[in-house]
Amino acid sequence: MIHKYSLNGYNIILDVYSGAVHVVDDLVYRLVDFTSEGMSSQVPAEAYNALKEYSKEDIDSAYSELFEAYNFGQLHAPDDYEQFADMMINASVKSMCLNISHDCNLACEYCFASKGGFGGERCLMSEETACKAIDFLIEKSVGRRNLEVDFFGGEPLMNYDVVKKTVEYARSKEQEFDKNFRFTITTNGLLLDDEKIDFINREMHNCVLSIDGRREVNDRLRVDWGNRGSHDRILPKFKKLVSQRNGKDYYARATYTRYNLDFTNDILYLYEQGFDQLSEEPVVSDPKLDFSIQEEDLPRIFEEYEILAKKLIEMKKNGEKINFFHFMIDLNQGPCAIRRLRGCSCGNEYVAITPQGDIFPCHQFVGNENWNMGNLNDGTFNVDIKKKFAKTTIYNKRKCRDCWARFYCSGGCNAINFEKNNDILEPYSLYCDMEKKRLECAIMIQAALADD
Amino acid sequence: MKKHMKTLNKANLKESAVKGGCGECQASCQSACKTSCTVANQKCEK
Ligand code: SF4
Ligand code: SF4
Repeated sequence: MIHKYSLNGYNIILDVYSGAVHVVDDLVYRLVDFTSEGMSSQVPAEAYNALKEYSKEDIDSAYSELFEAYNFGQLHAPDDYEQFADMMINASVKSMCLNISHDCNLACEYCFASKGGFGGERCLMSEETACKAIDFLIEKSVGRRNLEVDFFGGEPLMNYDVVKKTVEYARSKEQEFDKNFRFTITTNGLLLDDEKIDFINREMHNCVLSIDGRREVNDRLRVDWGNRGSHDRILPKFKKLVSQRNGKDYYARATYTRYNLDFTNDILYLYEQGFDQLSEEPVVSDPKLDFSIQEEDLPRIFEEYEILAKKLIEMKKNGEKINFFHFMIDLNQGPCAIRRLRGCSCGNEYVAITPQGDIFPCHQFVGNENWNMGNLNDGTFNVDIKKKFAKTTIYNKRKCRDCWARFYCSGGCNAINFEKNNDILEPYSLYCDMEKKRLECAIMIQAALADD
Repeated sequence: MKKHMKTLNKANLKESAVKGGCGECQASCQSACKTSCTVANQKCEK
């Protein structure tokens, strides 16, 4: 299977099953339509007829290059991966989202977690529950050394003492159980001070700093309970944190809505403020909400991703260090094919824990009791739900089976699939369209950077 | 040297399947956004 597209002056052919990416001239771009899985060394007669404006000699030499790629397994390579689809069914749990606070000191209009409460009572996780969660992860992660724990909420820093104690507790177990904890935290920044910044920079492998970009964009939706914008309060704290991070991973993480479809300007704004690791996610929620991205916004969003991609090429060619999460792609050394068959691994290798100790497949399923997988206090853990999620591979998702993006996207977000289509195996088309556009841009950027 | 096409990478998905599956890499949704994952940008731990 191949996927071909033209973008920003580059003709690109992606060979889906080998992962090879070819940048080709106009002739090859058309000629490739006359090739297939069983191609021979002979140019098909129809090709000469269809490409009359080219000389026979040109067509022959272009075809021989295609044929060479085919012989190298870089064109129309076969799909050999279904045999690995069931490989992870008994995988260990190794990643955990700790909802350390079901409360928030902001009340962002678009919050998926109902402004921090996840549709339930506002509360904080106790130290006891957090430690039980660590014990659970150690117990369930048989055979895995690297364990991930993300402090999430709500706003995790509202329960800072428990965050600190959890880290201390987990570190005290690392040697005994031969585990390496990687902590991450997602924060809105309001409560950051020097002590917390030091702690985060010391202990957190990665941190996600939520800020939407330009003041007017941020302050329209990222407001506190008194409806006041947060931009001026968080920006200096985030800057300080990043300036002391010593090269460790972080992301300034923005959210875009229908109100700022010119989101490239927010990315550039954040870059000017000193953030070079950037991420920007669309809000796709209830279409009745005015700010939620709709189907009709897609052409504008596609255009904006192209604008952003071109801007990034220009900046990178000028030697600027800027990294946009959704355009990151390593064509040579990405994750292995087996990993690519399943996306987030939620409900299987990844779970979320609530302050009450309930276990859910991931943070986005929290609060939906049908997906409750058990509880830390009574030791229950529903293995049937785990198996169900283990099978959410691209081979079990009808739509992904014939999608060119499947080894990059890996099957989308099960939570969105469920929310929109009531079926974790049925990808949400708006999501797919955006994902595919971002991938096309990401690959095109690689083509442009290779072109000197 | 090819005249009509340039291949940007060594095709390696197949090879990676043979060596892969160690399960040590990061869960993608943990890495940056917690709302949607793109697996292709994750780092391999090997
Ligand atoms: S873009 Fe959609 S159809 Fe394609 S792999 Fe992703 S979720 Fe599946
Ligand atoms: S289901 Fe969606 S939100 Fe949940 S971990 Fe997977 S990609 Fe992330």
